[in-house]
Amino acid sequence: MQVKLKIFRYNPEVDKKPHYDKYEVEADPTDRVLDLLEYVKGNFDGTLSFRRSCAHGICGSDAMRINGRNRLACKMLVKELGTDKILVEPILGLPVIKDLIVDMEPFFANYRSVLPYLINDEPPPKKERLQSIEERERFDDTTKCILCACCTTSCPSYWANEQYVGPAAIVAAHRFIFDSRDRAGAERLRILNDQFGVYRCHTIFNCTEACPREIQVTKAIGEVKRAIATGKIE
Amino acid sequence: MNNYHQFDVVVVGAGGAGLMAALYASKTASTAVLSKLYPTRSHTGTAQGGVGAALGNIEEDHPEWHTFDTVKGSDYLGDQDAIEFMCYEAVQAVYELEHYGLPFSRTADGRIAQRPFGGHTNNVTGKPVSRACYAADRTGHMILQTLYQQCLKNNVNFFDEYQVVDVLIENGAAAGVIAIELASGEMHVFHAKAVIFATGGHGRIWEITSNAYSFTGDGPAIVMRRGVPLEDMEFFQFHPTGIYRLGILITEGVRGEGGVLINDKGERFMEKYAPTVKDLASRDVVSRAMYLEMREGRGIGGKRYLYLDMRPETVNKYAALDGRKRPDGSPYVVTGEELLAKLPDIVDFARTYLGVDPVTQMMPVQPTAHYAMGGIPTNKYGEVVIDEKNTVMPGLYAAGECACVSVHGANRLGTNSLLDLIVFGKHAGLRAAEYSQGADFQKLPADPTEFARQQFEAIRNSDGDEKAYVIGNEMKSVMFDEVGVFRTEQGMNLALEKVRELRERLKRVRRPDPGKIFNTEVINIWELGNLLELAEVTTISALARTESRGGHAREDYPKRDDANWLKHTLAWWDHGQVRLGYKPVVITKYQPKERVY
Ligand SMILES: Cc1cc2nc3c(=O)[nH]c(=O)nc-3n(C[C@H](O)[C@H](O)[C@H](O)COP(=O)(O)OP(=O)(O)OC[C@H]3O[C@@H](n4cnc5c(N)ncnc54)[C@H](O)[C@@H]3O)c2cc1C
Ligand code: FES
Repeated sequence: MQVKLKIFRYNPEVDKKPHYDKYEVEADPTDRVLDLLEYVKGNFDGTLSFRRSCAHGICGSDAMRINGRNRLACKMLVKELGTDKILVEPILGLPVIKDLIVDMEPFFANYRSVLPYLINDEPPPKKERLQSIEERERFDDTTKCILCACCTTSCPSYWANEQYVGPAAIVAAHRFIFDSRDRAGAERLRILNDQFGVYRCHTIFNCTEACPREIQVTKAIGEVKRAIATGKIE
Repeated sequence: MNNYHQFDVVVVGAGGAGLMAALYASKTASTAVLSKLYPTRSHTGTAQGGVGAALGNIEEDHPEWHTFDTVKGSDYLGDQDAIEFMCYEAVQAVYELEHYGLPFSRTADGRIAQRPFGGHTNNVTGKPVSRACYAADRTGHMILQTLYQQCLKNNVNFFDEYQVVDVLIENGAAAGVIAIELASGEMHVFHAKAVIFATGGHGRIWEITSNAYSFTGDGPAIVMRRGVPLEDMEFFQFHPTGIYRLGILITEGVRGEGGVLINDKGERFMEKYAPTVKDLASRDVVSRAMYLEMREGRGIGGKRYLYLDMRPETVNKYAALDGRKRPDGSPYVVTGEELLAKLPDIVDFARTYLGVDPVTQMMPVQPTAHYAMGGIPTNKYGEVVIDEKNTVMPGLYAAGECACVSVHGANRLGTNSLLDLIVFGKHAGLRAAEYSQGADFQKLPADPTEFARQQFEAIRNSDGDEKAYVIGNEMKSVMFDEVGVFRTEQGMNLALEKVRELRERLKRVRRPDPGKIFNTEVINIWELGNLLELAEVTTISALARTESRGGHAREDYPKRDDANWLKHTLAWWDHGQVRLGYKPVVITKYQPKERVY
């Protein structure tokens, strides 16, 4: 099938303002949007710039806005778009560097702010620490995060105020707060109780809809809110 | 000097091997990690099935069995001292990951869960043993996240999206690296006492591959251009179960959980090829069996794929026929929900990319280029060794998939790469830090960026009409057809000629993006140059080896030939020409035997 691609372009070395370029390409319904971008870059315009690596939805490199929704280009098949018109733009809320590449640093700074690592100073046993299947299950969903930023950059509260830590950082905090082996849950809850913490979330559910790993992001945020409110991690 | 940095240790690559090296090196030495990808984008994150260690959490197991299985899996080309070292270190290494916070799946008594994987056996019964420690089917993702998190906790210095393009060697020792900061296009000099390469694999040489776009063999290509040989490059693993046409991996864990391969006649054909372990034979064995089935017209609908069947009714039928039991002695029976819980990502891949629900439908699969057994030669401490006598190059280290210790020999067992990363990443980090404490910085040449600049100026000034995209596709196609699962002299000569032609054509590529900021086009052309050089080395090494062993299967020399070929290949890049040499395999306890599964 023939598809019409319209791609956001901005090269800071030559452009004063962003613009859109259009390309018509022959596509297979099972092609990934990433395949089309590679094709355009390889055949029409080598300057087209975007990040990618794994090409199967695991590394989190290629979050972009595809027909207005945050998606991984490598996980979005042409046939699923239900149209032959494909609009590709960078994710919102982070500064555009070039074409589809945005500056991820503010996103990662938020991630780092929630102590995203296991904290437990008790000397570990000789073998593994024990954890029941139920305890492990408690935080399973939030271990799936690949830090692609689809959720955070789909969140109106984040667009409104980029000091908000955003859903991805709360997901990272959740993963440790509810891990039975961790000892710094209270500390993280204190961080997230800040004016730019969880209460900026107005349960709009954009994040959950955007997550390519199908993490129940809004639910995780809700659990963190409840833990702050009750002072209990359950 | 502008853009000049100095560290005791520079680690190139932030996958499992690089991060583990950085964690250990940074304990005692000033350490920087340079990575062309943001660390959590590294390919380690895609590893699915598990990391091997004889914890014995499910059933009896011993590091000694793991050692023997690995030696046998390597078709006796692995160095037995290094294999033994790795398999014994494995147990503590996995506990250490758990202590770092890795969320392993758990057994009913709260221990790390384990599952069977190809080639891992109970050495008494010969039956598959549960040795792969896993976190659902995202073990690599969890290793990568956990190690990165620990690095953040320990304030490791990261230079993200810095592409290393050259290594500096002065007075026969490592002196640093040259890197391009992708965001600015600027070249930077990293002056270091020790350099650790951990850049991953080069599976992008082949058309059907499980490997990321970033797997372009930069590390091996860089050091090779500076006179370091590459070891055993003819050995590249083709994994049996890639998604048809896309190559995306379906973990061997699917077969570990009881899935089976099925041909057009509905037969579970692995029974014929590996009567004892069947679908859980070593990868080289299974991939060849699949090719033979397809060649004899038993591909599905006569095409170049077969089915992988993990529907519960199939799993349960064959588990009953095999007499497979649960640890408590009850018969092995699974439900759709259990499979979904253990293999959620696989189910997601199949639904997304195949439109198939693997709990109710079979998945079309074909062998896919997967893993580089060969690479930068090292000893078991991660020190790079540069000749037939294993002479160490001071200050240069390598670990992970870009290195060849060699623990995988002619064929890697599943779960042994993640293990390799954590064991040898750690030791390379420790050794590099220790070395840097006693060493001085080498004096840098007046213009350290000269060699790198020459390479990039040639690309930027190229003004022909060739497209790198087309050259890349031609390489992948000829390499997959002629230097793939089965090889012949005639086919490989064809591939060699083609690759050489493509290298010439790459010099006449059309004028690329002239900009500096995130110039991914220029970088991609440079990476394609790396792939083409490694494709040539691979083909020449493979042509010379007139035997079949592990992943290197020659139709014109179908037998293993220990009398002449029980040795490692070394390949030097001499001004654009490949020169070969050989070194002995280290054999300690296990004399080569015929390999039967
Ligand atoms: C789909 C899949 C599933 C797998 N499943 C398993 C499994 O279940 N068990 C198992 O044991 N093994 C598995 N493997 C193999 C294993 O995952 C890899 O061999 C291993 O992760 C490689 O790790 P690494 O640290 O060597 O490289 P990587 O994790 O790929 O890291 C390479 C790093 O080097 C950097 N880099 C590369 N070039 C440059 C450069 N020029 N300059 C700067 N930085 C650079 C990259 O940015 C990256 O950070 C699997 C592999 C694949 C592809
Ligand atoms: S390229 Fe890795 S998630 Fe898309």
